[in-house]
Amino acid sequence: MSETITVPTMAEMAAQGKSPEVLFWVGCAGSFDDRAKKITKAFVKILNKAGVDFAVLGTEESCTGDPAKRAGNEFLFQMQAVTNIEVLNAYEIKKIVTACPHCFNTIKNEYPQLGGEYEVVHHTQLLTSLLEEGRLQIEGGKFKGKRITFHDPCYLGRANNVYEAPRELIRKLDAELVEMKNCRKKGLCCGAGGAQMFKESEPGNQEVNIKRTEQALETQPDVIAAGCPFCNTMMTDGVKNKEKEGAIEVLDVAELIANAEDL
Amino acid sequence: MSWIPQIIFAVILFLGIAYFTRNIRKIVRNIKLGKKIDRTDNPGERWKHMTRIALGQQKMVVRPVAGLMHIIVYVGFIIINIEVLEIIIDGLFGTHRIFAPLGSVYDFLIGSFEILALLVIVAVTVFWLRRNTLKLSRFWYPEMKGWPKKDADYILYFELVLMVLFLTMNGADYQLQQMGADHYVQAGAFPVSQFLAPLFDGLTEGALVIIERTAWWLHIVGILIFLNYLYYSKHLHILLAFPNTWFANLKPMGQFNNLESVTKEVKLMMDPDADPFAAPDPAEDEGEPEKFGASDVMDLNQVQLLNAYTCTECGRCTNECPASQTGKKLSPRKIMMDTRDRLEEVGKNIDSNNGEFVGDGKQLLGDYITAEELWACTSCNACVQACPVSINPLSIIMDMRRYLVMEQSAAPAELNNMMSNVENNGAPWPFNQMDRLNWKND
Repeated sequence: MSETITVPTMAEMAAQGKSPEVLFWVGCAGSFDDRAKKITKAFVKILNKAGVDFAVLGTEESCTGDPAKRAGNEFLFQMQAVTNIEVLNAYEIKKIVTACPHCFNTIKNEYPQLGGEYEVVHHTQLLTSLLEEGRLQIEGGKFKGKRITFHDPCYLGRANNVYEAPRELIRKLDAELVEMKNCRKKGLCCGAGGAQMFKESEPGNQEVNIKRTEQALETQPDVIAAGCPFCNTMMTDGVKNKEKEGAIEVLDVAELIANAEDL
Repeated sequence: MSWIPQIIFAVILFLGIAYFTRNIRKIVRNIKLGKKIDRTDNPGERWKHMTRIALGQQKMVVRPVAGLMHIIVYVGFIIINIEVLEIIIDGLFGTHRIFAPLGSVYDFLIGSFEILALLVIVAVTVFWLRRNTLKLSRFWYPEMKGWPKKDADYILYFELVLMVLFLTMNGADYQLQQMGADHYVQAGAFPVSQFLAPLFDGLTEGALVIIERTAWWLHIVGILIFLNYLYYSKHLHILLAFPNTWFANLKPMGQFNNLESVTKEVKLMMDPDADPFAAPDPAEDEGEPEKFGASDVMDLNQVQLLNAYTCTECGRCTNECPASQTGKKLSPRKIMMDTRDRLEEVGKNIDSNNGEFVGDGKQLLGDYITAEELWACTSCNACVQACPVSINPLSIIMDMRRYLVMEQSAAPAELNNMMSNVENNGAPWPFNQMDRLNWKND
């Protein structure tokens, strides 16, 4: 992959007296998790290619507080929220895009009451609008004719009713979109939500990600597409558990688009 | 002496309604033990939501077989209630088929009641088979042992018996009409009960009158008993589904409420001008500081308690729950049943202590719902989406997690690690915030 990506920070922009069209909220997974960092880069490459005027907070970004809130620590959540809102408001941010449905949900739904009101979109929504505006073209490329199943992230789908944006993008790849038996409103969780990502699961007879991976495998996909770094991790682990990592890729929708174009 | 049955009828009707009213008032009182919550915004949207979900049964048909059967029983019961109106008027005034002068309209009404009654019998039989012969897994979870299982079956028996009585009453009436018996006006169409004729073959007019009257009395008394049974049963949903959907959460499912009591303290902590040693402003003194989260039913809000009474234990939530599907202890249905059972226990405590709750050393957390159940939740909202009457088990789980974490510091150790990472380096993992942009150069 070419390494010529341009990632301006808000601080740099502000120093030049500029303000970007949209702030890219990278999120903790997108910043630190080795797998998720690839998603971040893929998305940035698309933004660069489409000439989107964006910036990131960089070291001024901090956890939205989502995992703390879902774990029950409302104090920590609000401390994080209020701190982040101060930064965002200081830069007079109007529009935010993020590739993490947890950040998306939290900033979109839980920040306004605490003084942080922004237009918040998921990266798949931004990409579809770039398509509609003609700023981005997608061609099938290497995914043409491939079977791709999309795993609905709970915090994007049920939580916020975004089901179609990621699917539209997959269809644009000339791929065959195949649905799992539980999809859209009835989508089965990957097992990571509600702070489960950070703890061992409670005793049971199966891991949730294995169950979900089995549903995905039933569709005999070439690719399992995800729209959330945590779902991505869970599904990747599930595919490894089933020893299918040689045959099936787990990729974020942004990676599908970037890879199709060999960005 | 001809007015004696009318008096008996009036007394039974009065007692039936009075006892029911008394129990409904108890439910209202118990719900009011919860915290106030404003769910009166956007009334237009609320009426629409109620019409779609409760009246229109929109979410029932997500599962087509159960949904269709349920609509039959639901429509059957609503429409057959027009007949109950006639029965009540007849009972009070000693008339017989008072609506008969409606003529062909009356024929149409009675005819449709009969067809619906037959359909209800079919649907109720299918329901019984699903529970007891097919043994659909969601009806056999641990929380369904004992009373909940019996309750579900009793409701089906009740409905079956009421419909059979209704058709028997009509069948005997039809025979009497054909005999030209006194008092039995020629009215109504009997597309179903006319086929009961062989059963009445050779019976005298007197015997038929006894059958007709017995079925008539048992039917109306049965309805009053059923009405009063509601309070003791999951069947309360036939009434509470309406307010419950009206007061439903209309915001995006992913939006969890921000605790205002916390906001106040956080704002104070973040305010550089705040004097941490200032004496508390007496005007702002609100007595005991508010408890964070919920450990008992009184800590929940009134809509959550209404949710608990509305739950009809169908188990669609638990069926869709990823934790439950993978053998974890969590069952969202059990969360609702436990909340209701504890609330009933608290209500009974108040009843037997002259209107005052006397601590019983028990609470919802621990005695009913265990921490293990609460920590198994992925907050995925599948249960909320699945509920056909807009119940939200997730909000109760979250409130109880809040209590565990903020009042008891009882989070699992790994979550404590995650939270201290968030607190210290602004990420759930131990990475330095200053390295947040390093991905750019990887």
